[in-house]
Amino acid sequence: MKCIIIDDEATARAIIEKLCVSVPSLEVSGVFSSAIDAIKYLNETTVDLILLDIHMPGFSGFDFIKTLKNPPAIIVTTSDKKFALEAFEYDFIIDYLVKPIEPQRFEKAIRKVEASAPVSTKVQGEKEVASFENDLYVNIDRRLIKIDIPKIYLIEAKGDYINVKTESKNYVVHSTLKKMEQKLPDSLFIKVHRSYIINLKKIIDIEDNSVLIEKDVVPVSRTSRPELMRRLNLL
Amino acid sequence: MEKPNLNYIQKVAAGDKDFEKSMISVLKKEFPVEVETYKKALSKKNLKETAEIVHKIKHKISILGLIKSYESAELFENNLKNNTTDTHKVFEDILENMYQFINKL
Repeated sequence: MKCIIIDDEATARAIIEKLCVSVPSLEVSGVFSSAIDAIKYLNETTVDLILLDIHMPGFSGFDFIKTLKNPPAIIVTTSDKKFALEAFEYDFIIDYLVKPIEPQRFEKAIRKVEASAPVSTKVQGEKEVASFENDLYVNIDRRLIKIDIPKIYLIEAKGDYINVKTESKNYVVHSTLKKMEQKLPDSLFIKVHRSYIINLKKIIDIEDNSVLIEKDVVPVSRTSRPELMRRLNLL
Repeated sequence: MEKPNLNYIQKVAAGDKDFEKSMISVLKKEFPVEVETYKKALSKKNLKETAEIVHKIKHKISILGLIKSYESAELFENNLKNNTTDTHKVFEDILENMYQFINKL
């Protein structure tokens, strides 16, 4: 698993790098004292994990997160417990480590990252679309039903199920939004809320914190809004 | 005053003496710079910058196993965020304690 470390404090960088080296599955591909330098690196390199200090003067870890187009897994490292709630608003923040980081606690965080997503999928940055690019097969009542991906306009999380909505039909599937997200092309779909993925092409209009898509009004979370706005062809 | 120690660094090092040496060298290099930054920020009465550097130093306080000093530093950081330099003397005693320890390493 390829990772980078971002921390403005040299002592913290040295400790986190040592903790990484102690985990055989981790490969440290970069160590950065500022988030700006890391952004430049990430424009050219894909990583599986970022160990990110949240409290950095000028350009904080949260500012950095907002710049990421396809965020990898992130473990937040900080001396402040108070940022934990905000951190967990982001699906891709897997864990929150308070400094000084205990080695055992660090290993536990890495195991959580490994359990959260298969490495091979993330490194390649490719979506596991089945045999045909536009087709998605879902299991409903022991039948594999084909859905034409571009016709999906909304996927909504409902407990252990997701509701996949197309122009002509709704499909209730036993799966998670995260699994569904991995099957959809980035170019067409965006997660706008922890419970909703929408098809960008199907948007009718956008109001402050919601999107009208077909006949559904979908909430847009505060954290997703900047990415949504960035993806639109704004005049 | 609490006595600093290298227990945490040794735990992370897990027997790697080179790492212990390199950590001590990083501390020796980084800590005096941070203390200097702290003094300058405080003398300019830039309490936001002072709070930021106190925050950064807090990590080193915890690395050196100074539990009570960490609490004092946290209180001082909060004081600075509330626009007061109350308890700065306590914090400066902590810095001196750390400086004496790091210098002898």
